[in-house]
Amino acid sequence: MPALEFHEVNKTYRTGGTDIVALDHANLTVDDDEIVALLGPSGSGKTTLLSIAGGLLTPTNGAVHVGGNDITSYSAKELTQFRARSVGFVFQTVNLVPFLTARENLLVVARITGLPSKTAARRADTLLKELGLDHRAQNLPTQLSGGERQRVAIGRALMNEPELVLFDEPTSALDTSLGEQVMELIRKEVKGRETASVIVTHDTRMTAHADRTIHIVDGRLDAGAAQPA
Amino acid sequence: MRLAMRELIRRPARFVSAAGPLTLLVLLMLFLGWLLDGLFLGSTGAIRAHGADGFVFSADARESLLRSSVDEGDLNAIAAVDGVESVSGIGVSLLGAEVPGEDDVANVVVAGYQLAGGVLPEPPAPGTAWADRQFNALGAGIGDVVLVGPAATPIEIVGWVDDTNYLLLNTLWVDPETWREIQNANRPDAIVAPGEFQVAAVTTVDGIDEAAVRSAIDATLGTETLTEQEAVLAIPGVPEQNATIGAVIYATAVVVALVVGLFFALITLERTGIYALLKAIGVHNRSLAVGLVTQALLVALVAFIAGGAFGLFLGSVMPAEVPLELSVGRAVFVLIAVAVAAVAGSLASLRRIVRIDPASAIGAGV
Repeated sequence: MPALEFHEVNKTYRTGGTDIVALDHANLTVDDDEIVALLGPSGSGKTTLLSIAGGLLTPTNGAVHVGGNDITSYSAKELTQFRARSVGFVFQTVNLVPFLTARENLLVVARITGLPSKTAARRADTLLKELGLDHRAQNLPTQLSGGERQRVAIGRALMNEPELVLFDEPTSALDTSLGEQVMELIRKEVKGRETASVIVTHDTRMTAHADRTIHIVDGRLDAGAAQPA
Repeated sequence: MRLAMRELIRRPARFVSAAGPLTLLVLLMLFLGWLLDGLFLGSTGAIRAHGADGFVFSADARESLLRSSVDEGDLNAIAAVDGVESVSGIGVSLLGAEVPGEDDVANVVVAGYQLAGGVLPEPPAPGTAWADRQFNALGAGIGDVVLVGPAATPIEIVGWVDDTNYLLLNTLWVDPETWREIQNANRPDAIVAPGEFQVAAVTTVDGIDEAAVRSAIDATLGTETLTEQEAVLAIPGVPEQNATIGAVIYATAVVVALVVGLFFALITLERTGIYALLKAIGVHNRSLAVGLVTQALLVALVAFIAGGAFGLFLGSVMPAEVPLELSVGRAVFVLIAVAVAAVAGSLASLRRIVRIDPASAIGAGV
């Protein structure tokens, strides 16, 4: 069963009496352990697609299935639960809770999902070690470098063992070398867990780390996007 | 809630801007409350001292102790009413007095009464008095003689009673004959006859309908019988004093709610990004609201502790003339009022939290 499926998904925003089409009959399939890079210019609808896949936005019409479940029928409360249990996010601007340590930023997710504290602590420690941050576990985000903060964000996204991880421009705030390292880390962690992921980027150099690259322009995806690799 | 606690612990400085003003407001509420309690107790002790179930005023007294008059016949008629257990005549005189230890002439109350009850023991021997303990604070002691009124009638202090003052004046409790002698010697304009008092304190038989007994007394004598609470509130100035200071206290509680509301409105605005992130990763609005209310309550608690400590210090250095009553009950009232105001103020930000779009964490949406 594919991890993510979009069927004829449209998203239209209405601003100032004008309809703006952000997604236009989008069809997309991402397999269980597939890494898909979504490439497109600014305003092409990348972030909208990512937000719909993660239950942050609801489409104007069309169907979105994550792990076989149609999330377009979910209530706001169900979407919140869905985001907590089934999706991991890594945002463009490294959004860590500033008054929590690196370890606590991971444990927040476990508390939301009700994971037993011992299991959560073990999982957080394992992730921090894998991400090379075990020595930074007790540091606050302000005490971490940009690359370290992004690695904490990756750890947080994987903390709830999601079916789908969504990355929004994860390397845009990093230099090329650090960006490469982070992309390698993403690939290693995601593949190691056989988790599907969608990585939004406009940096073609980063697409080499994906299994498949899909282009999006003016809300339209490549014709073959609905065919998994 | 853990997030809220972590923020309070890790970033205490950002809450100082709320806790500081709240501490001062708590101090104001406590101080005013203690002052109100002190004024109330100091004004009404002479009524509450008897532990009576009713006070019989003459019909033309319009609930004034000083205008009221009951005679021996009235007392006997009251005692004969079904359900009445005991009747004690009471009379008060407001006079100047030379009190040992005081340079100036002090205003005092000389109160005559017939029977023990409440905090009052049996009336003392003629020419002697149970003095309210506030006399002790002025420097008077057992065996000292107070010279009362223009006639300088001597009264010897033979013991202390607590919380018995009237109209914030220190009170000397004497037997009825001594009171009449003092009243007639010093207030020739208001002579009292033998057997005459101003009001009668009535106790009723246990388990009886007290209101029915009071009605029966009034029906028999054409008097006006008040409950203790009514008699207390009939004392000139007491209701006005309660209403005025009470209004300031309640207004301060509203200011507390506004301060908390404004602070958390600003902090919520500042936290929009964090709230959007937390909502994006699956935190419910309810959890965010609980965290906000928890923070408001903890800030209020810290302010209460700081304000309370400051208030106790101020209370301890205030002169004895300031009628402060440092009661635990008032502190609990202020704590509850501040907590309710803090919760109400913080909940004002709830709508803003609910309206934060989790998609804004990722930069999507319009």
